Amino acid sequence: MKYIRQFTIILLISFAGELLHALIPWPIPASIYGLAIMLFCLITKKLKVSAIKETSSFLIEIMPVMFIPAAVGLMTSWNQIRQMILPYTLITLISLIIVFAAAGRVTQAVARKKG
Amino acid sequence: MTGFLSDSAFFGVTLSLLSYGLGLFIHKKTGIAVFHPLLLSILFTIAVLAIGRIDYDIYYSGAKYLSWLLTPATVCLAVPLYEKLELLKSDWKAITAGIVSGVFASLLCVLLMSVFFGFTHAEYVTFLPKSITTAIGIGVSEELGGYANLTAAIIIITGVIGNVLAPFLCRVFRITNPVAKGIAIGTSAHAVGTLKAIEMGETEGAMSSLAIAVSGIITVVGASIFSQLY
Repeated sequence: MKYIRQFTIILLISFAGELLHALIPWPIPASIYGLAIMLFCLITKKLKVSAIKETSSFLIEIMPVMFIPAAVGLMTSWNQIRQMILPYTLITLISLIIVFAAAGRVTQAVARKKG
Repeated sequence: MTGFLSDSAFFGVTLSLLSYGLGLFIHKKTGIAVFHPLLLSILFTIAVLAIGRIDYDIYYSGAKYLSWLLTPATVCLAVPLYEKLELLKSDWKAITAGIVSGVFASLLCVLLMSVFFGFTHAEYVTFLPKSITTAIGIGVSEELGGYANLTAAIIIITGVIGNVLAPFLCRVFRITNPVAKGIAIGTSAHAVGTLKAIEMGETEGAMSSLAIAVSGIITVVGASIFSQLY
């Protein structure tokens, strides 16, 4: 029963996220609305962590494999990528490194200043 | 054979899981960071499909159930985030400044490099949402007139590279604060990077999850402004 209840709660919130996605005309996916709803329910104590703990840990643990199907889809856009492989690789890699450095260094600097 | 596979309910998921298991095994045996289980599993799966001349659509007709779980799993990222809520309260200024800087750096970098390489406008807006989570990124790309399938591919490659390079980049840029590490990973490499942040520690994982949502939403606004510039 425990897992059925936990999974039902998680899917209900996912469904509520889908509903918001359908109602609000922004390109924000159901998953982000769902994350916000879940966080809101936890903060306002409408929902206890213990009510979803095991199932949420399980889903987060197996999350890596959920990205495989979409990533394998790369093979279908390969022809489009191949012709521009060098500029595409450079822009992807360089911007990744710059974003990483900017976000990390700024967060660290501001956090340190506060003491 | 193809007829059987396209009817098979378990082929896609099983192939994905076996590939991941093999990737995990090789990663553990060799201990080489580039032999990342996710990266290897993607390559193995592509190799099997290519060698067996199996269409992506046949693979995906089963494998889509794995993708289906992504939304509930992302919703669950709220749990580790909630457990680190105190940090969010005490460091919100640093976190906000970090994510905003990261998003701005991403948009500016794509703008400058698109000018440098002489990209078309469609290519430029295809790259604008490259750092954020796939579902938001595809929406942004479509709305601005980019190639959504290409955006999806670039986002995933960014995530995988970010996941593999994260520990190295933390050392190079001397990012030692766990909150800063998580924000850097989530802002630059969305959910795929976050998987590495979760491995690094609870704080890193929680902050990275937060950064996925916040940087995604800021990018929606930022990308529509930046799309006017080139």
